[in-house]
Amino acid sequence: MANQTGKSGQTSKSGQTSKSGQTSKSGLLFSGSDWDFKTLSRAYQAIEALAIEELHLDVYPVQMEIISSQQMLDAYSSVGMPLMYRHWSFGKHFLYQELLYRKGGRGLAYELVINSNPCIVYLMEENTMALQALVTAHAALGHNHFFKNNHLFRQWTDASAILGYLDFAKGYIARCEERHGVAAVEAILDAAHALMEQGVFRYRRPPKLSSERQREGVRERLEYEERSYNDLWRTLPPSKDGTKANETVTGIAERKKTLNLPEENLLYFLEKNSLVLEPWQREIIRIVRVVAQYFYPQRQTQVMNEGCATFVHYTLMNMLFDRGLINEGAMLEILRNHSNVIFQPGFDDPRFSGINPYALGLDMMQDIQRISTEPTAEDRDWFPDIAGNGNWRETLLDAWANHRDESFIRQYLSPALMRKWRFFILADAASEPHYEVASIHNERGYEKIRAGLAQSYDIGASRPDIQVVDVDLLGDRQLRLEHKVKNGIMLEEASRDATLRHIRTLWGYEVSLAAIDAQTGGTLNERSTSQIGE
Amino acid sequence: MPIFVDRRLNPKDKSLGNRQRFLKRAREELKRSIRDRIRTGKIADVDSEHAVSMPARGTAEPSFSDAKDSGKRQHILPGNKHFAPGDRVPKPGQGGGGSSPGKTVSEDDFRFVLSREEVLDLFFEDLELPDMVKLNLKEILAFKPRRAGFAATGSPTNINVGRTMRNSHGRRIALRRPKQEELDAIAEQLAILEAEPQSAGPVRQRIAALREELERLERRRKRIAYVDPVDIRFNRFDAQPVPNANAVMFCLMDVSGSMGEREKDLAKRFFVLLHLFLKRRYDRTEIVFIRHTHEAQEVDEETFFYNTQSGGTVVSTALEEMRRIIEQRYPSNEWNIYAAQASDGDNFVTDSERCIGLMDGQIMRLCQYFAYVEIIDERESHIFGSTDNGTSLWRAYSAVNQRWPNFQMSRIANASDIYPVFRQLFARQPVFQKSA
Repeated sequence: MANQTGKSGQTSKSGQTSKSGQTSKSGLLFSGSDWDFKTLSRAYQAIEALAIEELHLDVYPVQMEIISSQQMLDAYSSVGMPLMYRHWSFGKHFLYQELLYRKGGRGLAYELVINSNPCIVYLMEENTMALQALVTAHAALGHNHFFKNNHLFRQWTDASAILGYLDFAKGYIARCEERHGVAAVEAILDAAHALMEQGVFRYRRPPKLSSERQREGVRERLEYEERSYNDLWRTLPPSKDGTKANETVTGIAERKKTLNLPEENLLYFLEKNSLVLEPWQREIIRIVRVVAQYFYPQRQTQVMNEGCATFVHYTLMNMLFDRGLINEGAMLEILRNHSNVIFQPGFDDPRFSGINPYALGLDMMQDIQRISTEPTAEDRDWFPDIAGNGNWRETLLDAWANHRDESFIRQYLSPALMRKWRFFILADAASEPHYEVASIHNERGYEKIRAGLAQSYDIGASRPDIQVVDVDLLGDRQLRLEHKVKNGIMLEEASRDATLRHIRTLWGYEVSLAAIDAQTGGTLNERSTSQIGE
Repeated sequence: MPIFVDRRLNPKDKSLGNRQRFLKRAREELKRSIRDRIRTGKIADVDSEHAVSMPARGTAEPSFSDAKDSGKRQHILPGNKHFAPGDRVPKPGQGGGGSSPGKTVSEDDFRFVLSREEVLDLFFEDLELPDMVKLNLKEILAFKPRRAGFAATGSPTNINVGRTMRNSHGRRIALRRPKQEELDAIAEQLAILEAEPQSAGPVRQRIAALREELERLERRRKRIAYVDPVDIRFNRFDAQPVPNANAVMFCLMDVSGSMGEREKDLAKRFFVLLHLFLKRRYDRTEIVFIRHTHEAQEVDEETFFYNTQSGGTVVSTALEEMRRIIEQRYPSNEWNIYAAQASDGDNFVTDSERCIGLMDGQIMRLCQYFAYVEIIDERESHIFGSTDNGTSLWRAYSAVNQRWPNFQMSRIANASDIYPVFRQLFARQPVFQKSA
C-alpha cells in the first residue's frame, strides 16, 4: 500500500484523471490536500460506517456547514451559537478573539459543533482534506454521540428546540430595542449577564423549552396576573397584631414557603418575583437564563466531551489508516494536529495554563480501554468491575452516557494515569506565605488526588454558592441573599459590589448579601446595596 | 448522508452591530485615549487606524467570583518532578495562587484597533466650526434638478417614452382601435373572393360588405391616432436647493529664515488638523498654500513645507495674494473661506499697519474664519503666555481680534499645545454665534 501511494505521487504528472483513478483503485478516500463536497461526503460516509460498526456510536443526523475564518470569529464572539441576540459584550469578546488570532497567539478551532438536532458542525474552509476528515470524526461523530447520549444533555437540554428558541430570542430582543430603546434593553442584559452563573438550576430540572405559541400563552397569562393581583396592593388594613404575627418564626417560614425560598437560581427568582420589572424585561431575563442553562451541561462535561471526541477521532483515524483508506501523508498530518491538540505542559512550563481537557479526557479513555483489555494487578484491585472484562467499547459507551466530569474522574482515574501525569496537590492557604505540597502520586496520595481533581471539576462546588433566602414583600422589600462561604473563600469585593448593584437594578429595592460560614453557620460579614451607592 | 451547507458567501461582519454597541459604550474613554494620542503623536497619522487599549470603565462584566486572597484551596497540578508531601514552595510574587493560572492576557486588558472612520468620529465629535449652521441656511445658492414624478407638459427632450406608450396602449384598447392584423385579414379575404373568376350574387354581396367593413375600419384607424398628444408624459424635475458645501482653506506661512524646522513642523500640524476638520465637514475642500517672505507666492504643498527661501518678512504681501486669489478663483458667495496663518510674529514695523488695513478692509469680510497661530519659543511661552504684549504682528492682530468675532489668535510653543488651541479655536461657541 505504501509503495502504491508513493508511486501515485510520482506519476501524478500524467494528470488529474489518472491520479484519481489510481486512488479509487487503491481504495483511498482522498489524496492531496484539496477538498470538495464529494470527497467530504465520501469521507463522512466511510467514517460514520466505521463509527457505528466498530465503536457502536449513536448520532444525530449531521449538517455540515463550511465557513470562513472571519465567520468562525463571529461565531466565537457569540458564544459559539449561529444565532445570538446583540449585546456590546459580544463585540468586546470579538475584539479579543480577533486580537489573539491576528497575533497568531491562538489558532482558530478547526471546527465548532452545536448541540442541536440535526447536529450542526462548522468546518473551516482553510482546512486541508486530511483535517476535514479529522474534524468530521471528532465533531460530527465524537461530540455528536456525546450530545445525543450523555444523560446531562438528554435531561437538561433540548437539542431540537434550541435553534428555534435562539431565533425567537434574537428577534424578541431586537423588537424590544426598537420599542424601548437600546439603552434600556442593554441595562437589563448587563444585569442579567452578571448573574448568569447564578441563573441556572443545578439540582432541579429546568422546564422544557416551549414552543412559540405556548410561550405567547404564558406571557399573556403572566401579564394578566400582573394586572389583576399583586400581594403589594392588598388594601385591607393590617390588623394591629397582624404585622407582629408576620414577624414570628412561623410567619417567616410561611412567607419563604410561598416564595419557594431558598432559591439558588437568582435570575429565576428575579424574573418571577421582582416588583419593578415590566413583562418584556422579565422575558429578557428569561432568555439569558435559558441560554445559561443550555450551556450548563457543557461546562460540566468538558473533559468527557472533548475526551470522547478526541478518543473517537484518534481511534477512527487509525482504523482508516489500517484499512488503507487514507495514505501516510494524510495520517502524518492528522497525527501532528492530534498531538498539538493533546499537548499538556507541566505546571512549571511557561506554556502551562491549566489541565488540557483534551489530553486528560483522551488519556483516561485510553486508560479504560487498557484496563478492560490488559489490566495489571493494581487495576484489578482498583477497578474490579471493569478490569479485564474485555469489552472496552461497552465500558466507554456506558461511561459517556452516565457521567459528568466530576463523577467520571472520581470513578475512573487510575493510579497508573496519576503516575503518568505525575499529579500532585498544592495546598494554598491565603494566610501562609508559601504553598505546601499536600499529596503526590504515591500510595497514600492516589485517593486524595483523585478526589481533589474530581472536586475541581464540580462546577456546583467550585462556583460561589449564593441563594435568595428571604424577602419581606410587605415590609422594606429588602432582598436578602446568602453566600455560603466554604473554606474561608470570600467573594472578590469590587465585582461583588458591582454585581449587587446589578441585582438592585433588577429587584428595584435594596439588596443585601450575607456571607455565612458553611461549617459554623456564623455570619462573616454583610454587605447591602445601601452601603455601596451608585 | 450529511447535509452540506456552504456558508462562505453569507454576509460577513455578523458581529458589526455588537462592535458598534461596544464602541458606543466605551465612547468617553476611547475619546480620551485618542485625544492623548493625537496630542503626543504625529498629526499626519490622524487620518489612519489607531490601536487603543481596552477601556476599563463601563466595559467590565462583573459577576460573583472568589477572591484570590482569602481562604484555603487546593491546586491539582501535573508534572511533579521532585516534590514530596510536606515540601513548601514559596508563592511567586504577591499574586496569591499565581502558579496555577498561566500568565495569559486577561480579557479586560488588551489593545485593539479602531478604523480610520471610528478614530475621526471620536476625534471630531464635539468640535464644530462657528457659524456653520447659519452659513448653511443662508447660502442656499446652487440648485440641482431632482426627479419629481411626471407631467403632462414639458420640453420634448424630457419625454418619458415608457409612460407615453403605456398611455397610448391603454387608450387604443379602450377606444378599440382596429389592429393592423384585422385589416390584413379582411383584405386577404377580399383578395381571395375577388380572385374567383365568376362571382355569384351572394359572393358579390359579401365582397361589398367586406369593402364597406374595410373602409370603416380604416376610417376608424385614422380617427384614433396611434399616439395622441394626450398620451404624452414628460419627466418632471424639481429644482432642489443644495447647501453650499464647498470650502477653501488658505494656509499662510512665513517661510523666512526666522522660521526653523520646529516652527514649520508645528505650523504644519495645525494646518493638517484644520484641513482634516474641513474635509469632514464639507463635500469639497480645497487648499491654497501661500508662503511669504518679503514677497508672497502661491505654491504646492511640498514646496510650502519643505523648501526654504531667504528674505525679509512682509506679512501684508501674503494677505494681498490671498485677496487676489479669492477674487480670481473663489467668489465668496460660492465658497466658504477659511484661513489659517502661522508665523513667528516677525514683521516690518510699518507693514503691520498695512496688515490691519487689509484685514479690516476686505479679508475679514470675505472669510468665514481666520485663525492666527503664533509659534513662539518654549522659553518664551511662560513670558508671553498670558499677556497681550508680544511681537509686532501679535499686537496688530490684537486690534483686529477685538473688532472681528470671526478672528481667533493663539500662541503655540510645542506640539502638545496644538490640540488644546485647536479645540479652543473651534469649540462650540453659542454666545459667540448669537453676537455674530
